[in-house]
Amino acid sequence: MKQFGYVRAGSVAEAVRIAGEEPDARFLGGGTNLVDLMKLGVATPRLLVDVSRLPLDRIEELPDGGLRIGATVRNSVLAADPAVRDRYPVLSQALLSGASGQLRNTATTGGNLLQRTRCAYFQDAAKPCNKRAPGTGCPAREGAHRDLAVLGHSEHCVATQPSDMAVALAALDATVHLHGPDGERSVPATDFHRLPGDRPEQDTEIRRGELITAVELPPARPGGNSRYRKARDRASFAFALVSVAAVLDVHEGAVRHAALAYGGLAHRPWRARAAEAVLHGASATEDTFARAADAELAAARPLRENGFKVALARNLTVGVLAGLAGSAARA
Amino acid sequence: METSNPPAGSGDVPRSAVTGARSEVILRVNGTTYTLAVDHRSTLLDVLRERLDLIGAKKGCDHGQCGACTVLVDGWRANSCLLLAVAQDGRHVTTVEGLSDGQRLHPLQEAFVERDALQCGYCTPGQICSALGVLREAADGHPSHVTPYDADPGGTVDLTADEIRERMSGNLCRCGAYPRIVEAVADAGDRIRDGRPGDTGAGS
Repeated sequence: MKQFGYVRAGSVAEAVRIAGEEPDARFLGGGTNLVDLMKLGVATPRLLVDVSRLPLDRIEELPDGGLRIGATVRNSVLAADPAVRDRYPVLSQALLSGASGQLRNTATTGGNLLQRTRCAYFQDAAKPCNKRAPGTGCPAREGAHRDLAVLGHSEHCVATQPSDMAVALAALDATVHLHGPDGERSVPATDFHRLPGDRPEQDTEIRRGELITAVELPPARPGGNSRYRKARDRASFAFALVSVAAVLDVHEGAVRHAALAYGGLAHRPWRARAAEAVLHGASATEDTFARAADAELAAARPLRENGFKVALARNLTVGVLAGLAGSAARA
Repeated sequence: METSNPPAGSGDVPRSAVTGARSEVILRVNGTTYTLAVDHRSTLLDVLRERLDLIGAKKGCDHGQCGACTVLVDGWRANSCLLLAVAQDGRHVTTVEGLSDGQRLHPLQEAFVERDALQCGYCTPGQICSALGVLREAADGHPSHVTPYDADPGGTVDLTADEIRERMSGNLCRCGAYPRIVEAVADAGDRIRDGRPGDTGAGS
């Protein structure tokens, strides 16, 4: 690992100011991904600005009935929060389906959003990779890409976004709050992560020197229920092959509201607008759910080894939505 | 440059803290306070093993995947291989060496011995420290991936075998002692819940 400076910021303003003075500065939260990438030689910051002890560790009720989650709230604390479990179960379930108990105790909300792809070529500093070293090429496109993208990829990058939490936040229409050298702004969670295009080195819309300070959830829909389901190669502690975050409100047998997002399929959490358009107002049947999935997945462009993800996503969609509709029918 | 700086806090940050390669930290490990200058690159695991001679926590994968390095930081189980020591200033760290009460083993250690929950033993300190965190998290009502969706958010979690397996998934055992490890964790949970000797030791 290369040498680096370290400073613990006492405030958000101080963190942003110090990071703004050093072009190769990185914010340090829990470090579960960043420290690993530094060991691998993938991340080589000259300065770490430790933001893990900033007073951003609270989960607060908002006047409109939403929830504000501080950027340094630990993943395990967020998953266990009674308000999250009660009103946003999809978020708790997504967090609990990711990583291990040890990692969830350490990883932060902000850091979880900024974790980088686990594409094997990205994580191997000896290999070409347009995301890590722009212009060097993408060996994954022809190489080992079973776990990689089927939607929204480009000739430059076929990586997937690894966070489960981010998929739930996309389905919940959360908002990411940022504080940077030019002040504060917010970005919808659905727009926070990018598609790779010809700039795969840029995972998100975050600008240089900006710090995530909070994530806000809008009020949970009355009558709506939500669920996260993840398919992976082993029963625990593995990244998603495909995951589905779903919010569903069924009234008198018809879908009154549906929000759907996929993980494991793309460079960002894939909000399934085409599927939602099929669902809205339609009868809450498995046939409808399958048609909705098909409408979304028509855009899939699988690579040689990952075509199975399309059928898996379709089946997960039907299973999750049928489960939610069934819960509503029993309630 | 090998300069050593006090850890920077609020207020003016000395420029040297930004450019230096080492900082002074205070670590409270198993009840003993240590003040030491650490290279910013040093992980907590490296400091425990190389500087403090606490070699219970093991370096298995060094990437947070195997759990052999698991310790408790302020009572929370964590992978010490992914924690920069400089960022742990002031934290209370519990390693496997800190669990026994003199010659009296912690209930988890007793249970691992009684159930023969190991073969080579390399992963065992991490397994035991992780299990300590599991017992606390379950007592605090923290759900897991296999906890029923409609479980009472205020209640404690009953540590079934499925719960233990899921919660211990961050600790690998290449010898495959998993069935006995699950039994040992369940035994220790029963003992501690029933108020038999020893406490969870997780608060130190």
